[in-house]
This record gives sequence, C-alpha cells and structure tokens, in this order.
Amino acid sequence: MSTDLIIGVTKAALILGLLLTNTILLIWLERKLVAGMQSRVGPDRAGPFGILQTVADAVKLLLKEQILPLKADRAMYLLAPILALVPSFLIFMIIPLGPSIDLVIQGEAVNVDLVGANINVGVLFFLALSSIAVYSVVLAGWSSGSKYPLLGGVRASAQMISYEAAMGLALVPVILYSGSMSMTDIVQSQSGFLSSPIPLLDSIVGFIPKWNIFPQFIAFAIFFIASVAEVNRAPFDLVEAEQELVGGFHTEYSGFRFAMFFLAEYINMFNMCAITATFFLGGWLGPTFSGFLPPFISAFMPAVWLGVKTFSLLFIYVWIRATLPRLRYDQLMELGWKRLIPISLVWLLLSSIVLGVREFGLPWS
Amino acid sequence: MLELLLFAVPAGLVILGALIVIFAKNPVHNSMGLVLTLASLAIIYITLNATFVAMVQMLVYAGAVMTLFLFVIMMIGVDKPEQTREEIKGQTLLVSGTLFILIGLVSYVVVNSGFNWDLYFPAVEYSLEGTPDLIAASLFTEWVLPFEIISILLIVATAAAIALAYDTKVRKPK
Repeated sequence: MSTDLIIGVTKAALILGLLLTNTILLIWLERKLVAGMQSRVGPDRAGPFGILQTVADAVKLLLKEQILPLKADRAMYLLAPILALVPSFLIFMIIPLGPSIDLVIQGEAVNVDLVGANINVGVLFFLALSSIAVYSVVLAGWSSGSKYPLLGGVRASAQMISYEAAMGLALVPVILYSGSMSMTDIVQSQSGFLSSPIPLLDSIVGFIPKWNIFPQFIAFAIFFIASVAEVNRAPFDLVEAEQELVGGFHTEYSGFRFAMFFLAEYINMFNMCAITATFFLGGWLGPTFSGFLPPFISAFMPAVWLGVKTFSLLFIYVWIRATLPRLRYDQLMELGWKRLIPISLVWLLLSSIVLGVREFGLPWS
Repeated sequence: MLELLLFAVPAGLVILGALIVIFAKNPVHNSMGLVLTLASLAIIYITLNATFVAMVQMLVYAGAVMTLFLFVIMMIGVDKPEQTREEIKGQTLLVSGTLFILIGLVSYVVVNSGFNWDLYFPAVEYSLEGTPDLIAASLFTEWVLPFEIISILLIVATAAAIALAYDTKVRKPK
C-alpha cells in the first residue's frame, strides 16, 4: 500500500471512531445538562453517572423491529437515513485538528496535516454538504406517506434554505478577512494578537488573541443563530416539533433507521460547533505549553483546545434549548429573511469598506 | 487503473441518473435522478482538479436549485397522474425517428472522416488547480461588464416574478 493511501484510510477511520464515540458522550451530556437546568436528575442508572445510558439506548434501537409503512415510497424511504448520515461524517473531514506533524511511515518521513482533507475551497465544501443534508429531511418527510412527516419535510426545506443563505453570507466577511477559503489558512490567519495603530489602544488590546470573533462579532452572531436553525435545534426545531407533528420527518422511522437520523443530528451539532470554533474562535490555536509538558502531551494540545472551544459552544446550544421556547413558523421566516439576511448584507458591505481602506488607504488621500 | 475507475464510476452514475430522470414515473424520483447526475458530475470535476467548479456545482445545482424543485413538486402534489396523451399526432415516432437519423449521420461522418480524437481533445498536462483566485481574476477584469449585466438581468427577473405573483389589490386583513 502506498503511504498516501495508508494516511487517508487511517484519517477516515480515526474520524469515524471519534465522531461515533463523541456522539455517545454528547447525548449523555445534553441529557444531564438539561436535567440539571430543569432541576431533575437525568439518566443515572447505566454505568457511573448514567454515562452508559446512550449505549443501552443504541442497543435497544438496534434490536427493535424496522417498520416499513404501507404507503411509503420504498426507495426514497430507505435512502433518506443514508443521506442524513453521509454528509454529517464528511463535513468533519475539513476541520483542522492541529498543525501538521512529522511521522515516519514504512521507513519514510512524511509531513501529515491533521485534517481529513485539506482542500482549498473548504468553506464551499461545508456549505455544499449542508445543502445536501436538506434532502434527507425532505425525502424522509415525503416518502413516509403520512401527514405529519410531510408537514415536517415541507417546513424543513423552507427553513433550511432560508437560513443557509444567512449562514453563507455571514461567512463571506470571514473569508475576506482571512483571504482564503481553506480551513487551514483561516485558522492560521487568526494566530497572534490584536494590534492597533494607536499606542494606548494597542497596549489594551495587545493581549487579546486575533480571533475572528472580535472584529467579526456580528457575523459570529448571525452565523451562530443560523447554525442552530440549520441543525434543527430548539428554538428552531419546527421540523420535529413534538407537540405539533408527533416526531416530524422521522415519525414513521423505527429501529436502526431512526438511530441513523438521531446519530446524524448529534454529529451535525458537533460539526457545526467545531466549524464555528474554527471560523471565529481560532480553531486549534492556543498555548501548547511545550516547555512544561512532555512533547507527546503538548502535541495533543491543539486538539484539546479545539475540543474545549467546541464543547463550550455545545454547552450554549444545550443552554438555549433548555431556555427558549419554540418560534412560530412566521416568526422563524421573519427572523431569517427580514433580520438576518439584511443585517449580514450590511455587515458584509461595512467590513469590505474597512478592509478596502486598510488595504488601499482612504479614497481621498 | 485507479484513474479509469475514478472516471468510469461517476460517469456511469451520470448516465444512470439521466436515465432515471427520463424513465421514472414519479416526479420525486425524477428529481433525485437529476441530483445523482449533478453530484456525479461534481465528482468528475474534482478528478479534473477543478475543485472550485465542483463545489459550486454541488452548492448551486445539487443543493439550491434541486431543493427548490423538490419543494415545488411537494407543494403541487405528486399524486397527479402523469400526462401520457400525445399533444402532436405521432410525436413519439417523429422524435425517435429524427434522433435515429441524427445518430446515424454523426456516426457516418465520424467513421468516414477518420475522426482524430487527439486533435479535438488534446491531452493537456494540467498543473493548474481550479482556484477561486483565477476565476475571480478573469471574472472581475475581462468579464466584468457581462457579469454585472447578468446580475441586473437576474434582479429584473426576480422583480418581475414578484410583480406577477403578488396581487396588489388583495389586502391582508389586520
């Protein structure tokens, strides 16, 4: 086997393992956190602190009967869960987990990027795959041959298309500031500290890291709101609103196929937080303490920093879910089209002007 | 071997998707066939090193346009029986006959004139990566006027669609 092939297969296998084990942890964490916020205990039977609850649930789902509804469109019904799962795994491939490292494989020294695939249009790859993920919800809703899933599917297509536009527009200023669409370059462009031409201001902001969130806080806010809507989480969970639509698009799914939707939802949530951290919070950047810690631990520090940032964002996701009530459908559309998209357009214009002045000077000078 | 596989599999999927578009009875199946075709084309673009074009293909065609198609199909309803009546008498015969003659003519010309494949499609040593920089540079220097005219055209089309669809006389009761 060639070295490239070994590296590629290893990366894919590692990311698959990481995402699957991480989901187990994530579901448990969410249930515990929501329980704590609602003064309940949460899962506490299986394993220490109930950490094995998700494993028990997964085994239960695997053993259950898989029902194919009589009116279902067979091919699309079976395709939908696959279409949900595949993009969610692929999106994580573009998130850089650290700087490149030197390894020796088959007696050959190679420089390995700690990212699944370092493509030069990573941002577009992410947007393209998240637009593919819409199909799974729409098809699942339609192919079930039942009222509630269909309503969920129609809602999903409208919601995800609307918020995707805002999400893409919020990313454009970040691309402008970084000067690249590659995720690796976007992380690199955030290294260092803020600086200012005014000496007094410089000493104040000089110790703040140069993350995109500081010059781009409005883009961050828009992206964060749109990303919550994109992964169909509360308060934007109209797609699967239990009180109105039974289970939304996955009402008719049972057993393993339901588990696939559930898995995809949590992986998407994790991906979205990791991507937000990469775009706005400096990705894997952070002190590695290479002097104090042994080298094999400090080599893992970038991944640890990315994990800390991602899980902080995930905590906010759960916090929002436990706090905010669901939006009404017209409120959702109004927020998307009348607030987020115009604000992101104006913000894009403003940051282009700032960047232009910084690059070329004032137009009259 | 790997190169051939990377071409043959997506190319086969492109044809399969196109066949689904034509022959499937259900409009949702048709549109998913089109998605398959567009996505497989994107894979072929990637093998040609045109990553940017591939991503735009996925984002715009497979992502946005087809989702809207699906949305419209679901809104109108898929249960309507397909229209099988011929509008023009002998339509099927006419079309297939013309197609047959066309294929015959083309293959006759190709066989007789000794079609030189390498002349029309020379094997290029491509070293350029399909970067957005290259496309942006030519779009905003050489082609900036057509680019801007197209954007005005799109705005006009959108405004016209809204004007046609929006009935100004009907007021929503508050």
